[in-house]
Amino acid sequence: MKLMRNILDRIKPHFEENGTLHKLYPAYDAFETFLFVPNHTTSSGTHIKDSVDLKRTMVIVIIALIPCLIFGMWNTGYQYFSQLTPDMNGYKDSYTLFDSFIYGFWKFIPLIIVSYAVGLAVEFAFAVNRKHQVNEGYLVSGMLIPLTMPIDVPLWMLALSVIFAVVVGKEVFGGTGMNILNPALTARAFIFFAYPTKMSGDKVWVSSAESIDGITGETALGQLASMVDINPTSQNIINKFGQFSSDGVYSLYNSFMGFVPGSVGETSVIAILIGAAILIFTGIGSVRIIFSMFIGGLLMSYIFNIFAPESNLFMSLNPFHQLCIGSFMFGMVFMATDPVSAAQTNTGKVVYGFLCGVLSILIRVFNPAYPEGVMVAILFMNVMAPLIDHYVIEANINRRKKRLQMKLLKS
Amino acid sequence: MKSFFNKQHQKLIADPLGDQNPITIQVLGICSALAITTQLENALVMTLAVIFVMTSASSIISLLRNHVPNRIRIIVQLLVVASLVALVDQILKAFLPDASEQLSVFIGLIITNCIIMGRLEAFAMGNKLYESFLDALGNAFGYGWILVAVAFVRELFGSGKLMGYDIPGFSYLYQMGYMNNNLMILPPMALVVVGVIIWIQRSRNTDLVEEN
Repeated sequence: MKLMRNILDRIKPHFEENGTLHKLYPAYDAFETFLFVPNHTTSSGTHIKDSVDLKRTMVIVIIALIPCLIFGMWNTGYQYFSQLTPDMNGYKDSYTLFDSFIYGFWKFIPLIIVSYAVGLAVEFAFAVNRKHQVNEGYLVSGMLIPLTMPIDVPLWMLALSVIFAVVVGKEVFGGTGMNILNPALTARAFIFFAYPTKMSGDKVWVSSAESIDGITGETALGQLASMVDINPTSQNIINKFGQFSSDGVYSLYNSFMGFVPGSVGETSVIAILIGAAILIFTGIGSVRIIFSMFIGGLLMSYIFNIFAPESNLFMSLNPFHQLCIGSFMFGMVFMATDPVSAAQTNTGKVVYGFLCGVLSILIRVFNPAYPEGVMVAILFMNVMAPLIDHYVIEANINRRKKRLQMKLLKS
Repeated sequence: MKSFFNKQHQKLIADPLGDQNPITIQVLGICSALAITTQLENALVMTLAVIFVMTSASSIISLLRNHVPNRIRIIVQLLVVASLVALVDQILKAFLPDASEQLSVFIGLIITNCIIMGRLEAFAMGNKLYESFLDALGNAFGYGWILVAVAFVRELFGSGKLMGYDIPGFSYLYQMGYMNNNLMILPPMALVVVGVIIWIQRSRNTDLVEEN
């Protein structure tokens, strides 16, 4: 650390006023404040003082994402190796836990590099251009975006979606803290609608499925949606039911542990719950949003259970199972809790989370074209969050006005 | 003696192209701008139709302005615009049946294009023929160039074509794994593209930014 400090101190004069590289001061500032606690003091207005600044907050979210990240890397390799047979290229007879992880690691690292490189480049460009500090928000988005993608997503698509998310999702509104929509979800929504063939079907969720015949993997949601889609035969339905029973591919146990195909970070509920525990313990993720969204999803699934026709597995799925498949959990813990785009008031957070949960399940079940209802639901609620806050605040003002009137009447 | 094309006349044409643009500044005529810009050809046809309707309507209203009773002026304006639009619609059906088919209801909806009624009410009712004509021309072009710009971006990235023709270099791109962007075809992207144009315009000329 001392070494870093020395280097930073030595190059600092170049970036200060009259230095040759003064234009790039925001970039220097970003590195310095990332590595060391800054000694700036606030220049205007009244601020709440806290030892945890935005950069430190973001780092904790990254730490909370690590279980998902490691599990996702392992699962990538596991899904790939477990489908290989002797006549396939690159067949591995016996693969270990470590092999799977290493395979997934090398598959996933390029996604992270592209996401950070492109995203930070855009952020730096805006910071230099607008002469403000580089916003820290992208530290988390840059990790979240690759975690919501299928492992084989082409890198240029990823780069494009990152540019779209940072520019249209964030910088247009004025940068971190001003955005209406969650940037990570904006990236995912962009790529989902722009290149649907790369984001759905049974050829994208398992590594190299496109290049090697015989490897397929559909997400649980895709499987359920296809049932609604094609007017299935009764045999087909029984097969699908089997896949979701306790010894099927998408059993509750497999979905909970995460041994299923899917986006990199979303599959394992247990890894996500570890992340949730870190976020809740450190007070960075809102407990209100997480719990109310969970309850909203659960309640909606129960309601569907009651009205479900015999043949519709999507509706009659066990509510806990329903929440474990797809990216409901991932969205709940890491996307809905985004402090900028979520509701700000305490009551508002409860309402916001609850509606996120209800809408996620509703869209997922009733619109087979968009099986990933969580994404659409959270984006929609992001837009609604200021409205919820407005009514909560109005209600509070009215309540206090009434209280005042009562007091005046009494005295 | 006044010159034929003086400063004031230039302003009438130039303002709607830039700082008084009907779409990006006044945010009028958005519905058609969003609906028909998936293809460049449609946007061009629409632009021509609007230029014709607007210039003719403005000229006619400007000629009639001293004879129209104030209380029924909106009805008169509507009548003039509606008959011009019916004319355009028939001409398109006769000579450009494909484009007419694709634009379908949006040609008829030129009647409700806020820019036309807005210019008639705000300018042609109180100005002479020549000025009204120039004002209509400027506004129609201001509307048109945004339409064409948006359609250019959307068709190029959405279907990989321009004016319905394949672009020579694109086949190599496809081989390298490039894909057309489906989102460009969907309506939300038209809004985003218009939004980006507004953003660029306002960051170049900060006077246009509204106070909070």
